[in-house]
Amino acid sequence: MIKKLLLLVVLLGSQITHGAPLTIEITESEIGALPIAVVPFGWQGTGQGPSEDIAAIIDADLKRSGRFKTMPSKDMIAFPHTGANVDFRDWRVLGMESLVVGQVKPNGVGGYIVRFQLFDVFKGEQLTGYSIPTTARDLRATAHHISDLIYEKLTGQRGAFATRVAYITSVVQTKGKRKIALQVADADGYHPQTIVTSTEPLMSPAWSPDGLKLAYVSFEKGRPSIFIQEVYTGKRQRVASFKGINGAPAWSPDGRKLALTLSKDGNPDIFILDLARRTLQPLTRHYAIDTEPSWSPDGKHIVWTSDRGGRPQIYRIPSGGGKAERITFEGKYNARASYSPDGKLITMVTQIGGEFRISVLDLASSQLQVLSDGSLDESPSFAPNGSMVIYATKVKGQAELAAVSVDGHVKQRLALQVGDVREPAWAPYSQ
Amino acid sequence: MKHKMIKFIPLMLAALMFVGCSTTEQKAEDSPAPVSETPDKMDHSMQGEDAATSGAEAARGWTGHPLDDPAKLTSTRMIHFDFDRSEIRPEYQAIVVAHGEYLARHSSQTVTIEGHCDERGTREYNIALGERRANAVKRLLMAQGATPGQITTVSYGEEQPLERASNEVAWAQNRRAVFEY
Repeated sequence: MIKKLLLLVVLLGSQITHGAPLTIEITESEIGALPIAVVPFGWQGTGQGPSEDIAAIIDADLKRSGRFKTMPSKDMIAFPHTGANVDFRDWRVLGMESLVVGQVKPNGVGGYIVRFQLFDVFKGEQLTGYSIPTTARDLRATAHHISDLIYEKLTGQRGAFATRVAYITSVVQTKGKRKIALQVADADGYHPQTIVTSTEPLMSPAWSPDGLKLAYVSFEKGRPSIFIQEVYTGKRQRVASFKGINGAPAWSPDGRKLALTLSKDGNPDIFILDLARRTLQPLTRHYAIDTEPSWSPDGKHIVWTSDRGGRPQIYRIPSGGGKAERITFEGKYNARASYSPDGKLITMVTQIGGEFRISVLDLASSQLQVLSDGSLDESPSFAPNGSMVIYATKVKGQAELAAVSVDGHVKQRLALQVGDVREPAWAPYSQ
Repeated sequence: MKHKMIKFIPLMLAALMFVGCSTTEQKAEDSPAPVSETPDKMDHSMQGEDAATSGAEAARGWTGHPLDDPAKLTSTRMIHFDFDRSEIRPEYQAIVVAHGEYLARHSSQTVTIEGHCDERGTREYNIALGERRANAVKRLLMAQGATPGQITTVSYGEEQPLERASNEVAWAQNRRAVFEY
């Protein structure tokens, strides 16, 4: 039934670029965030020291989360690098509740050891502290890892700084032709790597639950097909190339199945593709549009967009098949739902008047909260710890990414320096 | 049209004959043109004053592919839709009908109908909506006698806008179905 799997190898090429083509700007900050000082780290070696400013990366991560108010280093009155040198009175005077100090030293074989300590300023106690061996190349990842440790210690929730995001870019080439690319970058926009390029549309990137593969839609032969690509090797398979629509791939939580939209039988319906057995099961059968499936974290349900009631709304059905129930009733257009990692919320696109915005629906209380304030916001994706939602927006004609804390209090923009960026998909924690 | 010119050569020759401008030894056997326009009817041709006059008239006529004749509705290759709708608007009915009649008369002619949307709403929903638009065109073409084998549909959703601006004018332009012969 399924066409023969086509094994292709996509060359990763030399498009790996460094630096930050995504620039981050925090547009709104939460009042009542925890005050924390991250003191610039010391350098215990000879020569210039590491290329990355570890403390600045940690500071930016914590600030971006919306849970912390960080202290600019110019306002600091002391610069300790170890706990022994900290005078807690300095930091109490400045109103700090938490303090991070650290230092970097060479490990003697070209790498580094990064040491940090987190203190409770009022109690004058160390809360956590580690020495982490790393390399020049992994310094940013180490800084994000430290941010995760600090975040978890202070909030009780796992951090999501050392994670990644996939997204689609579109850049005008000569003669008005566009180059479309699927890229993967750190969650702060650094280290973008291109894993697919095309002159035809690329759409709907979806991470496998283990974070090792991406499913996506490519129009590279003038019609849509669904591919699964290994992120690190670049190897890929074409898994769906039926007549009509092949779209909206969504992985089951166990990574064994893909829910997708096919219109091979005449109109778009949701199907479940068993990746190992290569069997295809229809899940919805309706003459309306059925698309944009997403699995609940326990794998028991699928939510999707259907206009069977006249306008696009979100419906839910047992993933093994059963009775469909409508779950959105507010607003005339609700689409592209996906579950929060704990399964309690869904995020989606909701039309408010003439504007399309990102909303969150509490499944238990049916409370709807609108999180974004743009007019063309779409493609929301939860961070793996459920703390934030990343989405696509349009600012002055430019397509860019934005992120908002799940309470709606903190917003940030992630703009590409050249061209459009859209369809962000926040990667799960790597396993 | 770009990659398919070769296929059109017999058609184009048939068109030239239809205009009555020239003789040619080409046979019309591949041509779907009406029987009355076969070459033998035109062999008074280029000799003599009348033939010369006839040639001059032809130069003013349409000598390209009949689908491109600006005097015909089939030269319009794009129609537009209302937001989140796929019904063919009354002002575009005659255009789609003309394409359908052409396809019905020329059974070897194929066409791809592309469905497109504006940027509002979600991307995969728009893929589905664009397909619905393309299918609405396909149904009307078939109502004129075109066969399913002549028509391919593909939806690009909101992925290939004609206009990049975010306003009503651009959105109206981008909500479209396109005939690609």
